[in-house]
Amino acid sequence: MQSLALQDAVADYGATRVLGPLSLTIDPGERIALVGKSGVGKSSLLSVMYAQWRDREATLLPQDLGLVPTLSVFHNVYMGGLARHRAWYNLATLLRPFHRDRQTIQPLLERLGLGDKARSPCGELSGGQRQRVAAARAIHQGGGILLADEPVSALDGPQAEVVMQMLVDAFPTAVLAMHDLDLALRYCNRVLGIHDGGIVIDQPSDRLTTNDLMPLY
Amino acid sequence: MSRSASLRVSLGFIALAMVCLAFGDFEISTHDPWQELGRIFLGLIAPDFAAVDFLGEAILRTLAFAFVGVGLGAAGGFLLALLFRHLWVRTFCAVVRAIHELFWALIFLQFFGLHPLTGVLAIAIPYAGIFAKVYAEILDESDPQPAHTLPRGTDHVSGLVYTRLAQAWPHVVSYTAYRLECGLRSSAVLGFVGMPTLGFYLESAFAQGAYGSVGALLILFYLLIGTLRWWVRPRLLPLYLIAAPFLLGTGLPIVWSNVSRFFTQDIVPAPLRNGEGLEGLIPWLGNLLVNQALPGIWNTLLLTQIALVLTGILAMALFPLISHHFTGRHGTGRLKGMLGHIVLVVMRSTPELLLAFILLQLWGPSMLPAVAALALHNGGIIAHLVGQRSNQITLRQDAPRGIDRYAYEVAPRVYGPFLALLFYRWEIIMRETAILGILGITTLGFYVDSAIQEIRFDRAMVLILITALLNIGVDILARRLRNYLRLRHSINRQSC
Repeated sequence: MQSLALQDAVADYGATRVLGPLSLTIDPGERIALVGKSGVGKSSLLSVMYAQWRDREATLLPQDLGLVPTLSVFHNVYMGGLARHRAWYNLATLLRPFHRDRQTIQPLLERLGLGDKARSPCGELSGGQRQRVAAARAIHQGGGILLADEPVSALDGPQAEVVMQMLVDAFPTAVLAMHDLDLALRYCNRVLGIHDGGIVIDQPSDRLTTNDLMPLY
Repeated sequence: MSRSASLRVSLGFIALAMVCLAFGDFEISTHDPWQELGRIFLGLIAPDFAAVDFLGEAILRTLAFAFVGVGLGAAGGFLLALLFRHLWVRTFCAVVRAIHELFWALIFLQFFGLHPLTGVLAIAIPYAGIFAKVYAEILDESDPQPAHTLPRGTDHVSGLVYTRLAQAWPHVVSYTAYRLECGLRSSAVLGFVGMPTLGFYLESAFAQGAYGSVGALLILFYLLIGTLRWWVRPRLLPLYLIAAPFLLGTGLPIVWSNVSRFFTQDIVPAPLRNGEGLEGLIPWLGNLLVNQALPGIWNTLLLTQIALVLTGILAMALFPLISHHFTGRHGTGRLKGMLGHIVLVVMRSTPELLLAFILLQLWGPSMLPAVAALALHNGGIIAHLVGQRSNQITLRQDAPRGIDRYAYEVAPRVYGPFLALLFYRWEIIMRETAILGILGITTLGFYVDSAIQEIRFDRAMVLILITALLNIGVDILARRLRNYLRLRHSINRQSC
């Protein structure tokens, strides 16, 4: 994969500019944490990136997850792989999943603690469970770069660690909006601090402590 | 603000209805109306199930026409829903659904004759127009986010099915099931124009004075609709749909020369057919408008407005029958609620046309049977929905009881949804009012029917088009009113 770049990117919300103009280059293997107060434009930045890089196999894990509540956990995860199959195969899967897809997806669910939920409709899950289903879908989708918006915000300590580890294992290159600074510093190797729609901190994470990031908040 | 506005609008409608009342004809002309009613009641109490073939045939055909018609309508409607963003599709759907099933049946009868295709298309075509609109709305309401996160390169069909359709599916199923109930009523009513369904058997039983058979037919029909949710199961549905086309009966064969003659000669306006050109067409149209369309429109509007207000009054008076705030939730309350449900099921399952037909036998031809039939049927439907809505309200524990509870706690809370529902039914009531003309009440349907009897299909087509435009106009007006009163429509999509 080549480097990805944004040139003078902007995002507007109605008449107000919420982001940019800003420029940014991401090299393969960089896992970037976006940090900053809520509402400073982290989500907007991720949307801009997705719009720009969708054709280059960017995988999106949005804050509102994008799950289909009426479909089962299995099918929601399977949706990550829709583009890899023909239409008839996808329609048949909707009626009855194929064995090999079950064998691919079940271990993923086991590791996320959702092993017994494969057949449950997503609408019946708790917030934390739903967030893990969305993570599983992103992992099943794969792709060159992960764009995730608060991927573990609804998860408690140990579960958040598991999901973060699985995400960074599946995507060597990623941009993650994070509110947990400690997790951000441990699982990412580059930190972007966002303030007023611009980048005010851009440092390798091993040179930062959570205290250095406090002024952003 | 909204409350005083809705009050003003309500009072305006009531005043208008009073004025209409002064212009209408509401005389009971039959000699002994109550004796006839007594006979029908006797028939209901002591139904005659002896003629099993006859009853079985009536029910079987009614079911078969409903399933095939609604099934085709749903399939066609779904395809149209996917194209609903195009103006021409929306216009097409608005026109086909503004024309009543029976008008479609009358049209198809002229060239397909008494072939099953006539009945099937008469249901399928207007239903496709309605399904298209509602399915499109349901699909639009689904969350766009899942589609947004789909992997690049997902084919269109998978994308649609996994995201929008998967979310919309439960709503699509429940709406389609609801329309099936409407379809059963439509199918029954098609019997009045000669299809081999319930209405046909009912009409002949009436003509023979066989009130026991009338009672048996009605009771079977109520049972069929009342138990719908037990025998219409998602798993059984494919079976029904496969079996239904084989149970339509054979009817009479189609004469294809009639089909071509209908399109090339019959529906061409007479002056054009006779080569008189535009000079002939204008007086022909003027004559048609002044002598038939205008009186028809006038009577249709008159009846619609009166029936609308009466429907509203009846609905607000009857919804407590099924509201647990009034029946109570436990012990005898449940029983009372159940009885209330039965009353409303009977009211809403009886198609207007059937009710009007019965009342017409009782009271003779005037506007009275039509208004009563429309108000009873539509009032039953709205009372049912408002009652359901009221059951979602939680009252404080020390809320007043009885009439105070009605006036202060419940009625003010359900009045907004009630008005929304009533305005939804405005167009439906008008469509039904027009069609009641085929029973001899001088609304637009009367003139359509007479034109057809006189084999003047050109006139009939113009009148049907005028009826459709009138319906579309009322629909637009109702939408404006709902917006003005800020009545949200999310509660329900009842429309038959």
